[in-house]
Amino acid sequence: MSKKNKEHCGRTSAVILKTCVFLSAVITFSVLVFIIAFILIKGVGYLKPSLFAWEYTSENVSLVPAAVNTVIMVFLTLLIAVPLGVFAAIFLVEYSGKESKIVKVIRMTAETLSGIPSIVYGLFGLMFFATALGWGLSILSGSFTMVIMILPLIMRTTEEALKSVPDSFREASFGLGAGKLRTIFKIVLPAAIPGILAGVILATGRIVGETAALIFTAGTVANIPSSLFGSGRTLALHMYVLSNEGLHMNEAYATAVVLLVLVLLINGLSNLIAGKLAKV
Amino acid sequence: MKLNKENVMKVVFFLAALTSVLAVALICVFLFAGGVPAMAEIGLKDFIFGQKWKPGNGLYGIFPMIVGSICVTGVSLAIGVPIAVFCSVFMAAYCPTKIYRLCQAAVNLMAGVPSIVYGFFGLVLIVPLMNQLTGKDGSTMLTASIVLAIMILPTIIAQAETSIRSVPDSYYEGSLALGATKERSMFFVVLPAAKSGVIAGIVLGIGRAIGETMAVVMVAGNQPRIPKGLFKGLRTMTANIVLEMGYAADLHREALIATGVVLFIFILVINLLVSMLNRRTVHE
Repeated sequence: MSKKNKEHCGRTSAVILKTCVFLSAVITFSVLVFIIAFILIKGVGYLKPSLFAWEYTSENVSLVPAAVNTVIMVFLTLLIAVPLGVFAAIFLVEYSGKESKIVKVIRMTAETLSGIPSIVYGLFGLMFFATALGWGLSILSGSFTMVIMILPLIMRTTEEALKSVPDSFREASFGLGAGKLRTIFKIVLPAAIPGILAGVILATGRIVGETAALIFTAGTVANIPSSLFGSGRTLALHMYVLSNEGLHMNEAYATAVVLLVLVLLINGLSNLIAGKLAKV
Repeated sequence: MKLNKENVMKVVFFLAALTSVLAVALICVFLFAGGVPAMAEIGLKDFIFGQKWKPGNGLYGIFPMIVGSICVTGVSLAIGVPIAVFCSVFMAAYCPTKIYRLCQAAVNLMAGVPSIVYGFFGLVLIVPLMNQLTGKDGSTMLTASIVLAIMILPTIIAQAETSIRSVPDSYYEGSLALGATKERSMFFVVLPAAKSGVIAGIVLGIGRAIGETMAVVMVAGNQPRIPKGLFKGLRTMTANIVLEMGYAADLHREALIATGVVLFIFILVINLLVSMLNRRTVHE
């Protein structure tokens, strides 16, 4: 091959690679835009007032009870998971040597937890919370299952937030005579709050979108339960049941719209906070 | 008194940190205690390599489901990995700074869209399209793989981009200085240097694809037999659990939990691979 030919060859491959790069980016982002637009445009027409009745009946197929259940599920789960996750992260960052054995074990298990598929959490929740502890198919079983599922996420984001607080903050606080606990709660945690919040919002998104882990723990009753020991389905589960039955596809479309808008809002919020963080 | 409070809280923090250890231990104990007896009763060989899943006749072979999970994951990787790797190069090197934040938000959003929505999208759009294309049932291996390929994109892109960015600039600059084009430098110098991180991302994607449940159930057809081609339906391990757990009892139920055990072992191996790959990245 002559030199000229070789050069030509190199240029062609460069052009091909560049085309692949841009093509892939276009495919990725247009798929996302297409999915969102497809569901929003086809679904908005099915948002009828009857869908927003307070009580679910087989005629109105209302999604309000499912929405209320989702809110209850999110709050209950966060109520337990956030303190647990934040405390665990405080232990890992503030109290432990980097290479101690127990820390390694904790990190390894947290990593393992974040890789377990949601259906396995569902099976575990069914066997442990619903059966062994006798809570039955209930909001409570569902939220405890979700607690374990989002714990590694909250731990990781909090850990990163705590680590990004400069040591000079801690040293200054110690220098002023504050104890370790006081330093953590008055100085380190407040500085880390935006990072923690971003993690909590991400976790909220995961709870809102979860189905496989909830179907055998929270159950699929379509109304708001009278107590936490009652079964109730969240929006995502509501949508699964509707599309699985195949009788109420229009309502499933409408639920998809509500769910998607919720997820868009949650993601927007987390991006906003992350953006603020980046500026600071 | 004050010292006391400090110590008490230290113990509280420690106990909170132990939750994850406790959770993993509980999950292992309950899963294995629930599934292993069934494996023993059915016979490990008949359970894992059995070709027929007919709970009504007492036949519990999950081989078709294992093959189904592997096939659907493999095809989704074949579709998704090239796109994801090229796109991560785009994010790391080609994306104009003006729209970078937007692109990053889009990738995050893609990871945040619930699997049920992806599944629903597959059900109402890709399945009918496949129907027209093949003239038969549109719930096929290819349909499920396309949906999964979309779902694993953000996982791989995020991880691969991070590892490409962590390659020192001097590699790229050195290559440019030797007269290589931007493309040649990115693909033959920077990307190989980021190899283990990119592979870790792909393995993470495998984990997500093999563990995905709802999206697959909605579009894969769910026939419990060994898939015979791209345009035939199949059932994955995850689908097997979610389809039948609702009404299963006794040995049938235990066999489903045992399916979960097999899935769990797959995931543990994948996790191990990821952490090994990540450790290698750190060493380099």
